[in-house]
Amino acid sequence: MTKKTDVVIIGGGINGCSLAYQLAKQDIDVMLLERQHLCSGGTGRCGAGIRQQWSTKENAELAIQSVKIFEQLDKELNAEIGLRQGGYLIAIHDEKELKQAEKNVALQKSLGLQVSVIGPDEIQKIVPILDIKGMRAIAATFCPTDGHADPFKTTDAYAQAARRHGAKLQTYTKVTGIKKKKNTIECVVTNKGKIKTSTVINAAGPHSKEIAEMINIKLPIKPLRKEILVTERVQPLFKPMVISFTDGIYFSQQEGGQILGGISNPNEKNGYFSDPTFFFLQHMAQTLLRYAPSLNTVNVIRQWTGYYDMTPDARPILGEVKGVSGFLQCNGFSGHGFMLSPMVTKLLTEYIVDGKTSEILHNLSLDRFTDKNIEKEAYVVG
Amino acid sequence: MTEKTFICRCEDLTKQEIEQAIDEGYTTLEELKCKLRLGMGPCQGRGCLLLTRRILCQKQGKKPTEINIPTTRPPEIPVSLGTLASEQP
Repeated sequence: MTKKTDVVIIGGGINGCSLAYQLAKQDIDVMLLERQHLCSGGTGRCGAGIRQQWSTKENAELAIQSVKIFEQLDKELNAEIGLRQGGYLIAIHDEKELKQAEKNVALQKSLGLQVSVIGPDEIQKIVPILDIKGMRAIAATFCPTDGHADPFKTTDAYAQAARRHGAKLQTYTKVTGIKKKKNTIECVVTNKGKIKTSTVINAAGPHSKEIAEMINIKLPIKPLRKEILVTERVQPLFKPMVISFTDGIYFSQQEGGQILGGISNPNEKNGYFSDPTFFFLQHMAQTLLRYAPSLNTVNVIRQWTGYYDMTPDARPILGEVKGVSGFLQCNGFSGHGFMLSPMVTKLLTEYIVDGKTSEILHNLSLDRFTDKNIEKEAYVVG
Repeated sequence: MTEKTFICRCEDLTKQEIEQAIDEGYTTLEELKCKLRLGMGPCQGRGCLLLTRRILCQKQGKKPTEINIPTTRPPEIPVSLGTLASEQP
């Protein structure tokens, strides 16, 4: 293994691989360390959704810019990422939700997004299998350019492109320590040896907290188990991702015909609980059939778990931290790392290469948590 | 087994496709699963994972016990949403 590099990236998910590609493309000597295989954490377990409808400006901006990048990524990386823009339909169940939705739609429109509040008739037209009464919807918001992509294909496309540009991607390599001298990073210690570097990007999902602790930086991240299931392939029935913040449910149909979805467990506690539960299967099946009764006979073939890396305001922690020069965060995505990755990694790359900073990096830095009035992202599901 | 032999019948993967992916550097069952959707169909890898493990053993000179089998995930057999929803807690 190389003993010296400009930048070490910890974590082989979508963000780590995208960073490796973008930095290597700028002729930066970069090495990515992943303790298992690429895509073995949150990225490979996620719901694959790409949503631009948010309640906070930073998330909306990151998502809107990310979609623009996703739209041309096949070409840029010369590989298929399985992007499918079928829209996101967010159910509205009462007047209170309608008010919040109207406020959010106004914000999203001000950022140039095509999005609108629609009534029951239009919901039925866009997703014919929905039972408006059963799902107890009075309206919905719909953005046609939202959608989903294949996390395996997208990460693999980034990884291959990164390698073509000379990045070294070390799998099955576990980081066991980070050493610093005064306020600068000296080296990263792994189970396969030491790597000298001055810059480390922490993109290890919920494990980012443990990584940061290696140099006494405290990240307010808590792992939260999330459960998800997939069905057998069925004929094409609908294109959008359907979600509800009240019911905590999201589901979509993949290009291959599988229906993929999850639902939050209101009693879930923070921590590394990896076992799937029967409670989830039942809760998900009951709620999904209330939304789409015609799926009654469709078979579930698999359920699995993953973690959201939750922060206090459900928004990512980005950029360099005060106190340790060259230690950058790219974590705390709270369940939205895949969809925000293109723009987040672009901003971080610009910061590393040109020292270019931005309002978003400033507003989403670790420092924000010292302020008592942090703005919380309201649109979190699953 | 010929090159055209189907290894993963759910996801239509032949021996040739699997061997090609191994040659490209996807050298564990987990990586092959991510790359090819090997074992991700309705049978959940009952046949293909062990067959692919054998191919990996032959190619890498390893023993079967040296190769990790991906996590087995519930349910054991496909179960309809209707059946799951009707179950009382």
